[in-house]
Amino acid sequence: MLHDVNINVHHLTRVEGHGNIVVNVTDGTVEQCEWQVPEAPRFFEAMVRGRHYSEVARITSRICGICAVGHTLASVKATEAALGIEVTEQTKKLRSLLKHAENFDSHVLHVYVLVAPDLLGAPSVFPLIETHGEVVARALRLKRLAHEWGSAIGGRTTHPTTVIPGGFAKLPTVKELEALREKILAAVPDLEATLDTIAALAPKIPAFDRPTEYMAVSSASEYGLYDGEAVETVLADGDRARYAVDDYRTFTNEYMTAQSTAKFTKNRLDSYAAGALARFNVNYEMLRPEAKAAAERLGLEPVCTNPYMNTVAQVVEVVHSAYEGLRLLDELIESGIADEGIVQPTRFASGASAVEVPRGILFHEYEYDAEGMCVRANCIIPTNQNHGNIQRDFDALLPRLLAEGISEDDMRLRFEMLVRAYDPCISCSTHYVDVEFVR
Amino acid sequence: MAKPTLAFFDFASCEGCQIEFTNYGDAATLELLKHVDVVEFREAMTETTGGRIDIALVEGSFTREADRARLQDIRHRARVVIAYGACACTGGINALKNHQDDFAEYVYGEHATMPHLESGTARPISAAIKVDYEVPGCPISKDELLLVLSNLLHGTEHVTPPYPVCVECKRRETVCRYDEGDHCMGQVARAGCGAPCPADGIPCEACRGFVDDANLTALEKVLMERAGFSQKRAVGKSRMFTANLRS
Repeated sequence: MLHDVNINVHHLTRVEGHGNIVVNVTDGTVEQCEWQVPEAPRFFEAMVRGRHYSEVARITSRICGICAVGHTLASVKATEAALGIEVTEQTKKLRSLLKHAENFDSHVLHVYVLVAPDLLGAPSVFPLIETHGEVVARALRLKRLAHEWGSAIGGRTTHPTTVIPGGFAKLPTVKELEALREKILAAVPDLEATLDTIAALAPKIPAFDRPTEYMAVSSASEYGLYDGEAVETVLADGDRARYAVDDYRTFTNEYMTAQSTAKFTKNRLDSYAAGALARFNVNYEMLRPEAKAAAERLGLEPVCTNPYMNTVAQVVEVVHSAYEGLRLLDELIESGIADEGIVQPTRFASGASAVEVPRGILFHEYEYDAEGMCVRANCIIPTNQNHGNIQRDFDALLPRLLAEGISEDDMRLRFEMLVRAYDPCISCSTHYVDVEFVR
Repeated sequence: MAKPTLAFFDFASCEGCQIEFTNYGDAATLELLKHVDVVEFREAMTETTGGRIDIALVEGSFTREADRARLQDIRHRARVVIAYGACACTGGINALKNHQDDFAEYVYGEHATMPHLESGTARPISAAIKVDYEVPGCPISKDELLLVLSNLLHGTEHVTPPYPVCVECKRRETVCRYDEGDHCMGQVARAGCGAPCPADGIPCEACRGFVDDANLTALEKVLMERAGFSQKRAVGKSRMFTANLRS
């Protein structure tokens, strides 16, 4: 067993945003074991004050270039709640289809480009072009498909244009939806090959169980992503709690710490997890049969308490989004696209929303004055909700790694892989992470 | 001959412009990688190089004095520095807070004075170092970025159009937002994006910055007279992505 450990990862690579890992063990005593978030803070909640409701989502979208669709959708949903706008079924279906595109897009990027190199022993995806050319080409094909899918509905995927309060500024045509359906169907062999690749790499995912609380949007009719009337949490023993979205402050309990420019959160325990694994644990029953079959093949069962398995849960969600996307497309093509106009505000007050983005649950809340100008805003970001849980994982992981007697380099990799598994989006959360082992 | 080296760096931003770099698909990405070696890209790779770089792509705003040394190091190592995205070229959306004095207290409350929350004026990268090329926009147009890189590799001078977005709307026969009962800033916004926003039914908000010698007094007048904005809203609107480009 190592008695002295000094890990100091400044600006961890292959994550979105900036974070540090600092671990310091002297003579067997743990002196420091921290996940730090030094991302430059950006102050969006202050910047939307005085802005008209029609432009707020286009500002808050800029919080994150990867979850831009999710931020846009959470923003328009909260604004619609504040303005008494009830959107049509067609709008809900199109937004849900757009949300699936983002989940598919982000998960493909994370699994193939950010995580796979660790499992293949490579420092990044670039050397894999030589050694695993077909896998890289497949990843780029799937990424491009997701981009075209999201662009067909949202105008573009980074800061979508068409999604506005009350509906869509521009609707896709049935012909465009039919073309999209063909593209997704044509990607099924690439999805199958993805499952083969991950099944082959799964034995390299570290074993590490640490039960926590798992939180996700919950819907009676679907695996909650865009839509969901409540928020639900589940503990490792299956005990569930259900909350109204409007009460989000009471079950997120944000607090500040000196190690982070991002806020931390907690609920029933001293931390909770959000993201693909949390959604899988909370909403398993609502998955498509194809996604359940993928989970079984990859050895993932609810309630899974190994945070490294978040990557596998993402692959299961990629399958779910592909088939759920096809179902929504079938319904929209069958019913045709109606030019319904934009639903107008019926009041000016406050409202909140919850939407699942790839790395977890996202809350937006706004208050508007009689002129429709924003007077108050609050956003609670998924990665913030995971920072506390990552720290608790660190606290539990270090003694186990010390007992395993592995080298400092291997320990550093396990810490890095743990943070990467959460797919943190630190620009979002402030926003970031570094690993430092101080000797 | 060795391939030119390419490196990606990011500062205060959403990192959406580097995400655009992943959307070219297999054919274009793998072709580009035949002509350049990517040697540093923290979000995508663990490898780094402490040495010389041919092309540095810098995303995000310069908001903390602590970031100046990092920018100077990039400038010192790079033959060509390209600022890409609105945050890097003008300060972009980050500059909205430059007209506020209580942003930290509003977001972080009693904790606002914690030293690690320090954030000054959001400025373009060119406020800290010399920039050779700019690829504006929020987000960038990925096709324009590819064109800039292609021109560099071929030794061709890259030119950003000097005319406003209105020209591109006319070219693609998009109905004017004012004629749809909306507002727009395309009359003073720098073109080159292909005017996707008005074509998608939303106003141009000048995310690429203004044309040279833009008449901003007239912009405010048009927003008030043709879109019915109050003066306060017209002034606020004219600062959306361009807060650093006007008083």
